[in-house]
Amino acid sequence: MSRSFRIGLFGASAAALAALMLWSVAGLPAFGQYHHEYGRILNASAPSERHVTNVVAAVVFDYRGFDTLGEEFILFAAVMGIALLLREVNERRPQPRDDVGSDALRLLGVGFAAGLLVLGLYVVAHGYLTPGGGFQGGVVVASAFLLLYLAAGYRAFHALTPRSGVDFAGSTGAGGYAVIGIVSMLLGAAFLHNFGPLGTPGTLASGGSIAFLNVASALEVSAAFVLLYTEFLEELAAVRS
Amino acid sequence: MSYLPYALAVWIFLCGLYGVVTSRSLVHLVVCLAVAQSSTYVLLLSVGYVNGGGAPIFADVPKGTRAVDPVVQALTLTDVVVSVTVAGLLLALTIQAKKKARTTDPDELAAMHG
Repeated sequence: MSRSFRIGLFGASAAALAALMLWSVAGLPAFGQYHHEYGRILNASAPSERHVTNVVAAVVFDYRGFDTLGEEFILFAAVMGIALLLREVNERRPQPRDDVGSDALRLLGVGFAAGLLVLGLYVVAHGYLTPGGGFQGGVVVASAFLLLYLAAGYRAFHALTPRSGVDFAGSTGAGGYAVIGIVSMLLGAAFLHNFGPLGTPGTLASGGSIAFLNVASALEVSAAFVLLYTEFLEELAAVRS
Repeated sequence: MSYLPYALAVWIFLCGLYGVVTSRSLVHLVVCLAVAQSSTYVLLLSVGYVNGGGAPIFADVPKGTRAVDPVVQALTLTDVVVSVTVAGLLLALTIQAKKKARTTDPDELAAMHG
């Protein structure tokens, strides 16, 4: 199929698709007028029922916690796939060189990385109180390590994220999420049903098992992203050498 | 005007699709796929918007304050995570394609394998 024919075919079918999609969205309630019962009930009852102030976190780690289990395993499987595709059989692949020459840049960058790490942990810890959560905070924690690579080079990045530790954290996060679900069953409730003392709303000690699931997902997400960075950085070094 | 956010989602989706179809490089293709997927964030969040509603977070506002739908926000979070992982996996495949076939142009890849 020639390129111009393909683009022509796309133009015709995209016009038809656009018409169909516009027709279907015209059947939706007008913007701002949608009042689905599910969301309304959750907003009204989740703060008093689960003692959390962030209803999105309550949906992710409690009411729809089973979906999040699937999401965690999609992430896990994808990162396993990336490692499988990029990790060389022989471990004698060249290590990336340290390219950072400026001491001032290194000092400032490491300082920022430390601050970013604390910010990430803060976003994780307060995930069910204020905007944030295990997924968002986990990505911030992982980017603190990426900033460390940019500022201090690969050796420092690798020393702080040893492969065995990262693999262990990722597996503990993914497996821990499922284990918390099984603990619910052992306590006589449904899989992933909230258990534990609900605590005082608005404090870190609230939300029951939401707090544990939050930490488990943060562990998995940060480990998955660090692993992803490691694989691509080592691939880069292998290409350059 | 009340349907404009939905129409915007359709527009972003088609832009991403156009990029995928006309792409000359697999890296560009992965980015275009991410653009197409980002239309779903716009659609989900605009479906869940409630006029005058704030974020569904009641840390510093009293319970019962009018807020947008939290369910679609949780779905968008899932959507973002899936989008990132798919992009990472496809970029890893791109590296393999470059190694094996020495090109990242989808047209040349197709020509090599008949």
